[in-house]
Amino acid sequence: MAKVTKNYQLKIPSQTDNLELIRNFVSGVAKKVGFDAEESNKIELAVDEACTNVIKHAYQHDTTKDIDVAIKIDYQKLTVIVTDRGRSFEFHEVDLPDMKQYLAELRVGGLGIYLMKTLMDEVEYHSKPGNRNEVRMVKYLLGRSGKEDDKPR
Amino acid sequence: MNGFEVKREDRDQISVVAVKGYLDAHTAPELEQMLQQLVDEERVHIVVNLAGLSYISSAGLGVFMGFIEDIRKKNGDIKLAEPNEKVYRVFDLLGFPVLYEIYQKEEEAIEKYRN
Repeated sequence: MAKVTKNYQLKIPSQTDNLELIRNFVSGVAKKVGFDAEESNKIELAVDEACTNVIKHAYQHDTTKDIDVAIKIDYQKLTVIVTDRGRSFEFHEVDLPDMKQYLAELRVGGLGIYLMKTLMDEVEYHSKPGNRNEVRMVKYLLGRSGKEDDKPR
Repeated sequence: MNGFEVKREDRDQISVVAVKGYLDAHTAPELEQMLQQLVDEERVHIVVNLAGLSYISSAGLGVFMGFIEDIRKKNGDIKLAEPNEKVYRVFDLLGFPVLYEIYQKEEEAIEKYRN
């Protein structure tokens, strides 16, 4: 693991066919700094979900827009920041679905935020002045957040 | 880029849909089209073989959720078979094993329809 802060950045057009590139970038960095395959998979999926939300909801499939994916490595902590300049999203008003009820009602969509919160140690959403939205997600290298043990494997 | 492939094979009243590659917001519409086509043809006894699937996101999971109600109303089902460990873990996170029958082998899923 890096002993100093390191930054990795990707600016990429908001298109679903770029999701694979985004995933490769994210999992590549995660593995490079010491996350095992399982943890890298979780980070990769969480970032895919965040970027899919940007493509579909913030930019509404406008492919002339860009998504910024920044990864910051600080000791044992990986922070991914996904930024867009599209429509803000009512992130906090989306409750974590009760999965049993959710599945019973066969609701489609809306699983992305649930997954992000389940896969990562911390997830925050900020809508900033100047029409800038930011999803900030954190994963600790050693899974020492105390949250890790409760998660399904 | 390994992309995504979906292939269909009809065996009596059962249709086996084999998916390969990654299933995300970009490729989910291809699977959606395939399932829609089967529903349109009233072929609702479906087995989706996931052996070749290397990745799934909620967009892919949403495809199964989008069709299951309609298909079960028509007395059909979508049974899932042969997910790798990585894909199964995502299903498990979302409680899919409660809603869908998931088999280790495609043949087991087919047998289930025949019994």
